[in-house]
Amino acid sequence: MLALCAVATAVVTVTRRNPIAAALWLVAHFGTLGALYLTLNAQFIAIIQVLVYAGAIMVLVLFVIMLLNIALVEKTKHFFSIRGFFGVGAVVVLGLEICAIIISGTKQSPQSISPQAAQIGTVEYIGNQLFAHYGFPFEAISFVLLVAIIGAVMLAKKKVD
Amino acid sequence: MNSIPLVWYLLLSAILFTTGAAGVVTRRNAIIIFMSIELMLNAVNLTLAAFSAFLGNADGQILIFFVMTVAAAESAVGLAIVIALFRNKQTVNVNEINILKW
Repeated sequence: MLALCAVATAVVTVTRRNPIAAALWLVAHFGTLGALYLTLNAQFIAIIQVLVYAGAIMVLVLFVIMLLNIALVEKTKHFFSIRGFFGVGAVVVLGLEICAIIISGTKQSPQSISPQAAQIGTVEYIGNQLFAHYGFPFEAISFVLLVAIIGAVMLAKKKVD
Repeated sequence: MNSIPLVWYLLLSAILFTTGAAGVVTRRNAIIIFMSIELMLNAVNLTLAAFSAFLGNADGQILIFFVMTVAAAESAVGLAIVIALFRNKQTVNVNEINILKW
């Protein structure tokens, strides 16, 4: 059921012509993904999925859509072009290949959720792991964010002349 | 404890990734391409969460944490690029953005 919702909202997202409609459908998609994380006992990930993606990133996207004055954004003329046909064909082949690989590996995969799953999804456990074993990546990612902030400001700034 | 097998999560993730890839390949609106990339990142995150839960190992969830951080950084820079492009070319249609071509 959740999976159907996720697939449906994803498909609707990429087929909308109006970027605002697509963005709102993407918010719905992120909500269903958050629920899917809950079925996997990943509480912390579910929360930051909703906070970071559905909250922060999508607000940023909607903000940019509004800034760019949607009236000026021309619509795609014909949706089913020859290029689109070949593009979708190539992507469907890619998807079938991925599915084939997954199914061929089914034998070795674990059959049910591990008993520890409920406790490793908590903020406490992830925080312990993060700061005990992943200190350097944590600092590195904070530097990445700093660089991204500076880069975004530099790119979006008006030319001073 | 639910009994959904791992394969269903992986197949769902593959379908979502494929949808995102189709969006990147076929759409010409830079913002929608950008949202399709987010869709693909999320599909991979779902795979990581599924493996993390089924193997009882928190490393996958920590990797999701890092992927989300990088996605946030990427969205900030990507949208800044879209704004800069729109300021120069007055369009977000990637067919008309050809200033690197000569």
